[in-house]
Parts: sequence; C-alpha cells; structure tokens
Amino acid sequence: MNPPSDLAIHATGLTKHFGGTHAVDNLELAIPKGCVYGFLGPNGAGKTTTVRMLATLLRPDAGTASVLGLDTVRQAESVRERIALTGQFAALDQDLTGAENLTVAARLLGYRPRAARIRAAELLSGFGLDDAAPRQVKTYSGGMRRRLDIAASLVATPEVLFLDEPTTGLDPASRNQVWATIRALANAGTTVLLTTQYLAEADELASRVAVIDHGHLIAEGSPGELRAAGGTGRLRLRLADAERRPDAAELLHRLLGGSGSGSGSGSVEAAGSDPADVTVAVADAARATEAIAELSRGGIALTGFSLDQPSLEEVFLALTTTAAPAAAAS
Amino acid sequence: MTLTPTADTPNATQPAPRPLATILAAQRPPRPTAWAACRVFAWRALLKIRHVPEQLSDVIAVPIIFTLLFTYLFGGALAGSTHRYLQTLLPGTLVMAVLLATMYTGINLNTDHAAGVYDRFRTLPIWRPAPIIGALLGDTARYLLASALVVGLGLALGFRPHGGAVGVGIGVALVVAFALALSWVFCWLGLVLRTPNAVTNLAFLVLFPLTMASNTFVDPHTLPGWLRAVVDANPVSHLVAATRDAMAGTASGTQVGAVLLTALATIAVFAPLTMHAYNRKS
Repeated sequence: MNPPSDLAIHATGLTKHFGGTHAVDNLELAIPKGCVYGFLGPNGAGKTTTVRMLATLLRPDAGTASVLGLDTVRQAESVRERIALTGQFAALDQDLTGAENLTVAARLLGYRPRAARIRAAELLSGFGLDDAAPRQVKTYSGGMRRRLDIAASLVATPEVLFLDEPTTGLDPASRNQVWATIRALANAGTTVLLTTQYLAEADELASRVAVIDHGHLIAEGSPGELRAAGGTGRLRLRLADAERRPDAAELLHRLLGGSGSGSGSGSVEAAGSDPADVTVAVADAARATEAIAELSRGGIALTGFSLDQPSLEEVFLALTTTAAPAAAAS
Repeated sequence: MTLTPTADTPNATQPAPRPLATILAAQRPPRPTAWAACRVFAWRALLKIRHVPEQLSDVIAVPIIFTLLFTYLFGGALAGSTHRYLQTLLPGTLVMAVLLATMYTGINLNTDHAAGVYDRFRTLPIWRPAPIIGALLGDTARYLLASALVVGLGLALGFRPHGGAVGVGIGVALVVAFALALSWVFCWLGLVLRTPNAVTNLAFLVLFPLTMASNTFVDPHTLPGWLRAVVDANPVSHLVAATRDAMAGTASGTQVGAVLLTALATIAVFAPLTMHAYNRKS
C-alpha cells in the first residue's frame, strides 16, 4: 500500500516505548507537501521522539512512517538525502569555528573543498554570522548557536526540514530571524515540521497544527480552529483610576458573562500586583470591543488595553478536558 | 501612555525579513563516496587537535615519562645497564604508549554522542561507518606522533636498532595497526557506556593488565608458570616481540602475519558490534 504522493509525511500507528512508558502511541499523521506544520505540546509529550523517528534516528516499535513516500526504516538512506534535522540541542562541534562546522557539513553533503568553503561563507552571511565565522562555537551565544545549527541543516536545501523547538530560549531578535528563515524556506517549497511549546509560534508560522500529549494526538487543525477550541482569550485593561476597579469589574462581568458566551467568559481575575490592571476572560473579540466602548460611556477611563489569545495551557486544558469525557463514553 | 491593541495584528511588529535568497542552495551536489566521507571526518579530527592541542598532552607526556622512568628505574637491575636494557625496552614502551592512547577514541566518541553532534551525521546520506572510520584515521595521527616521540627519545638515549630505518618503520607500522584494531574495542565501549568517565575507568582496567602482563619489561622466563602462561597468551606480548624483532631486523613473516591476523580478528569482532551500537543509539 503506497501513501498518497502529495504527502510529505505520512505516519500510521506510529509507536515508540521507552521501558514502560509510551513515548509515542499509535500516532497518525498526514502532512501535505509544502506546508509549515506545527507540532504542539508540553515537555515530554512525545514531540522529539516522533521527530526522531521521522528523521530516521529512531526505529519505531510499531507502525510505519514515510517521508516523501519513502519508508523511514526500509528506505532510510533515501529519506536522508531529502531531509534535514535541527535538534533541540545544537548538533555543533564546540571546538571548531562556525565556518569549519559548516564546511564539514557541506563536505559531508558532497561539496568539493573549495565549493564547501564558499557555501559555508554564503550561509554565515545569510544568517548574520560573518563576524563570528572564525571563532570557536563554544564562544557563541545561544541565539548564534541556534542560527548556525539551522544553517548547517540548510547547506543543501532539504525537501523536508525538521525543526525541534527552534526558538526555545532565544531572544526576540533571534526568534524573528528564525521565523523569517522558516517562512523563506516554506516559500521556496520546503515542507517544515516544527515542534513548539508556544501556540503563538504555531500561529505565526504553521498552516496546520497537531496537538500532542502523552504520545497521543489530541487535536489537529488550523491554528484558528485550535484557538476556537480553546475558547476564551483574555482582555487586559489598564484603568486611569485604580479606585474604579470594582465598578469596572461589575460592568465587565455583566457585559461579557451570561449565556452563550463560553465557559468562564466574563470572570474577572483578582487584583494582581497593580490594582489599575484588570484582566477578564472573554470568548468573543467583538464583545470585548463593545465592553471597552461601554466602559468609556460609563466614565471609566482607560490608559491601555490588549486582547490576548488563549495560551497553549488554556487550549491544552480545554482540549484535554473535553477529550476526557468522550474517551470515557466510548 | 499609548493604547496597545495587540489582537489580530500578528505581523505588525515583525521586521522585514533579511534577504534570505542566499541561504537556499542552488543545487545539491552528488553524495560523497564512502572514502570521501571518511576523509572529511579525519579532517574534522585534525581540526579538533589544532584547536585544542592540550588534548595531545597525554599522548606526548606518557611516552616520554614511560621511556625515561622504565629505562632508568629498571635498567640497572634487570639488564645490568640502562643502555643494554633500552635495546629491549624501547619497542615495549612504544607499544605501551601507543596502546594507552587508544582509549581516547572511545572517550571522544562518547563525548561527541553526549553533545548530540552525531545526530546530524546520522541524518546525512553518508556511508554509515564513515564518522567512526574517519575518527580512527584522525587517531592514526596521534599514534604516529606518540611513536615518533618514543623512537626519537630512544635514539637520543642510545637506542641503536639493527633493523635500521626500515626495521623501525615496520615496527611502528605493526604497533599502529594493532592500535587501530584495539581502537574499535574502545569505539564500541564509547557507544555502549554512559559517560566518558566510565570509558576511562574501564579502559584502564583493560589496558593495564594487557600491557603490564606481557614481555614488555621482563623476560617471561623469570615468571612463575601460571603468569608465564598468561603472558605467552597475551596478544600484546606477541606484538612486543614482533616489534622488537622488526626493529632488530630479525622479524619473521609468521610473526608479522600473526600480529596482523590478531588485529584483523579484533576488527572483525568489534567493528560489527560498534556499528550495531551506533545504529541503535538513540
């Protein structure tokens, strides 16, 4: 049975145990070519194990996986010609310089010595690492290491790129650069499978997202669909006058609560360190703007507001709590 | 203070992407041959030595210390004079110095694995044993360096091999060949043991009896029967004897052949074990 040819990654019943724990359990995946696919879940959910199986580093205990129609176990060698992996921990040689690391990678992909040096220089400049090129990697910052590590995966543009938590621990500037790189690759036709702990990151980059927990796939869809499943976002307000907090809370509860507005909507969080800040759960962005208008009509002046999307934890909790009764019923 | 609406404006604060066209490769070159991949890994090992020359301190210090220590400590007692003792001892210290350096192969492999460096190599379409064989090629440079130090120091102290440059060359070649075979044992240990420390500890447990319970320092005829049986069975004794005779210009083809056969047998056992461990390593 051949998987459909338009799939970059196809997994059926993919399973991996470590001792007694099911790191990945009966996972089904069908990822179309050319998309950025987000793999979302907390630490220990099985994201890395799945990526390692797909990238031919780990042999599944059960089930099969194919990358671009090639079996990851029986045709591992052919899979390796078309993929690249940037793991969670930089796969770099600390003792070598940035330029040497990339030159080694290029030569291992078949570049002649001179061409390898040219390719390495090209990538170093593309990733803003020209100045650091002659320095040993052990002197690099975390962001520089990550960029170099991703650069090493792009020496030969892969058809499928696995990025395991590429932005964890990065400063915002480095993170933006990684994001821009991922977008450029996707535009050039590379399929990117990206694991992340942040819904916002999946939102930024991914056209489809799988949520994984305890080795199980618990939801799959577009980021918007996931956020909708997660229900409530948060409206954060800053009052001009902290004394008006009780009035604002009462008004918000009345406007945003009530039937049909989603679980928890309208509940105002207790005052934090700054009594001028008010945070309220809100299910519907349209009603949030009404509430803001209503506050100013009621004479409660604001100095700022923002509407936050539900965090991964909230989406995650929503998904796991709704999934539990269904599982119990079946 | 300004209003800070953030909802539904995800791209508003993104800087324009840098020109990223350069990061895309024009085309992929054909994959390297097995030999080319091995050479890259050997080059990588030499680069590491160039950047961290301190790692050679053991390879440099141990041969010098051993040669001086054993020559002057035992020479008078065992052979009547240090000069006479040196003629039989030197090939032995050469063997000991080079064999002790083999453990670093395993320690380095273990360290690289812990750092995740091999994850990248294992997702590349290269000949699977290339990282290990390339590392061994790089180690050959260490073994040759240790050999040059021992032989050079020996010559300075009065070692006069009758086999001449050719005899010394054959002797060194035998020692390096045997060391490369033994390196596979440490490659395997480097992959199956958890920490570099564990590799070091086990390496000393293996290497000390192997090199000491041999004919390196004393004539086996002076030993009690049981120990003599052990010494005669020890492949290192055969290596030392063959190296001695090669340097003296009296080695037989059988002697040389036996050493090479032992080396090949060791590789035949431990290379598959190593590759199995390498492929299974998660």
